[in-house]
Amino acid sequence: MTGTEIARDRKAAVSARALSKTFGQGEFAVTALDSVELDIFENEFFTLLGPSGCGKTTLLRLIAGFELPTHGSIALQGQDITDKPPHRRPINTVFQNYALFPHMTVAENIGFGLRMLGKPAAEIRQTTERMLALVQLEAMAGRRMDQLSGGQQQRVALARALAPAPKVLLLDEPLAALDLKLRKNMQLELKSLQAETGITFVFVTHDQEEALTMSDRIAVMKSGKILQTGTPRDIYDRPTHRFVADFIGDINILEGTLEHTDGDLARVRLKDGTRVSAHLGTASARSGEVSVAIRPENVRLAGAAEAPTLTGVLETIVYFGAATNLHLRLGTGEEIVVRNPGAVDEGRYQPGATIGAVLQPELIRVLE
Amino acid sequence: MPGFTATAWLCIVALYLPILVLIVFSFNENRSVVLWTGFSLDWYAKALENDGIRHAAWVSVKIALFATVISTIAATMAALATTRTKKFAGQGLVYGIINQPLMIPEIVTAIATLSLFALVKKITGLTGIGYLMLAHAAFCIPFAYMPIRARLETMTLTLEQAAADLYAPPLKVFTLVTLPLLGPGIVAGAMLAFVVSLDDVIITLMIAGPGETTLPIYILGAIRRGVTPEINAVSTILVAVSVLLVMLLFVVQRRMQR
Repeated sequence: MTGTEIARDRKAAVSARALSKTFGQGEFAVTALDSVELDIFENEFFTLLGPSGCGKTTLLRLIAGFELPTHGSIALQGQDITDKPPHRRPINTVFQNYALFPHMTVAENIGFGLRMLGKPAAEIRQTTERMLALVQLEAMAGRRMDQLSGGQQQRVALARALAPAPKVLLLDEPLAALDLKLRKNMQLELKSLQAETGITFVFVTHDQEEALTMSDRIAVMKSGKILQTGTPRDIYDRPTHRFVADFIGDINILEGTLEHTDGDLARVRLKDGTRVSAHLGTASARSGEVSVAIRPENVRLAGAAEAPTLTGVLETIVYFGAATNLHLRLGTGEEIVVRNPGAVDEGRYQPGATIGAVLQPELIRVLE
Repeated sequence: MPGFTATAWLCIVALYLPILVLIVFSFNENRSVVLWTGFSLDWYAKALENDGIRHAAWVSVKIALFATVISTIAATMAALATTRTKKFAGQGLVYGIINQPLMIPEIVTAIATLSLFALVKKITGLTGIGYLMLAHAAFCIPFAYMPIRARLETMTLTLEQAAADLYAPPLKVFTLVTLPLLGPGIVAGAMLAFVVSLDDVIITLMIAGPGETTLPIYILGAIRRGVTPEINAVSTILVAVSVLLVMLLFVVQRRMQR
């Protein structure tokens, strides 16, 4: 089953149609979002991934209602909410800098949404206690914001946004301000919190590792456009664009000429004349110049009796514990990285040596 | 730079020595304000018993309170309009010129206000202390506006967005988030307005009618009849009130920075 087939029997929590946002006017106009089509499903942990300025935060703010789109529409569970102000949308946000109310206690912050919804005091108290327990801050209920650590503030922000049981929870790089260890812990906690509550999470980040670890699906954005949407494996193993391939993890990209296609398979002649077969995926090219991509871990060192796919001169060896990267310079001037699990025999693999590499043919992709 | 420290202290001396002399002689038992003979509180007792001073003090406080309330409300609304609303026609103009009266010589403002009020009086026939109160309220606006706008500019919009995100309609966002956070700025603005109104001389001199003598005007009149330690005593009380307000302002600003 592919991603799109799963899509058919799942209900969309958030849908965007031809969504555009332009800031400024005339020659100073900046297009932050360009005709975005998007379906985020119920109970999904969905991530908007991209470099800063790609429009991911703008998209989030449009969903929250802080900005109005220039064109297009947004629907929540099939109902159009394009013109609804933020306080009429059953969507809550965890802000990047938490945006906790400094003049209120932890409990007052968490209860704020329910209070605004006009819930009875007893229910507010109960839910607040439940939320405090959920984020393990029972002892902090009476504290003010300046008496909390960064990690604790993060939890309060999360509890405050979850307390009103929103249909969708938006998270705007909420882990960016935390140190590495705390961030790793929070990643796992967020993931399990999402599973526990069953609320649709829309998570914005520029950290590809974070996106791969936490998400059910990822949309990779660049210059106001969504380039590819898919599961972490789709994005990692089957990138459709050079940008996606490059942005997520390490990748080898080689130039070549598309000679022949047969269904999903394409025969590509690389610059040094080597012919490889590659998967087309959604690539539209049927002939001419193309780029093919393969992950370093899908390239291995050729055995002694094995015919290598490519040969090159070993330039640098980078050892990082679990694996070793070997950088080869090909005859065409292109560079290819081979990731070898564990260490390599340093006697045999010396800089300057000519090395053979084998590309796993089923894992080569043609890029858009 | 070693010379700077000395200069700084020289500034302090130049600023506060006259006030120190004034305060010292307010406690003189003699009628002289230049010849010290001994300590006494007689002049304070005399000043507090003086009906003229008491009446003038009451007028001053009445006007200052009115001016503070009106100017602070106006300044708060103006500051909100220039920092929190959608762009409106002339927003930049308001932002740029609302503080300009601080640069206009007060005597010009005084004469301008006087001419305007003369016109209004001629048309409506109305008289009374209202004119003086309105004049004070008007010239206090820029003073109240400055700390309020400063506070609003450091307050991030995200908090208000967070409140809206948590289902607070605009009015609730204002009363539950904007206003409480703006509080220290408003208090600072109000205190500044109060002090400025309390010790105004020039505009008051122009506008005030009979029976509308404020404390500074009374002191000015009394000095023409000769300086006595009684005037020193009243002035010292004014200084004490100002210092108290400034200290309060300092405490409030310390809380703002948190």
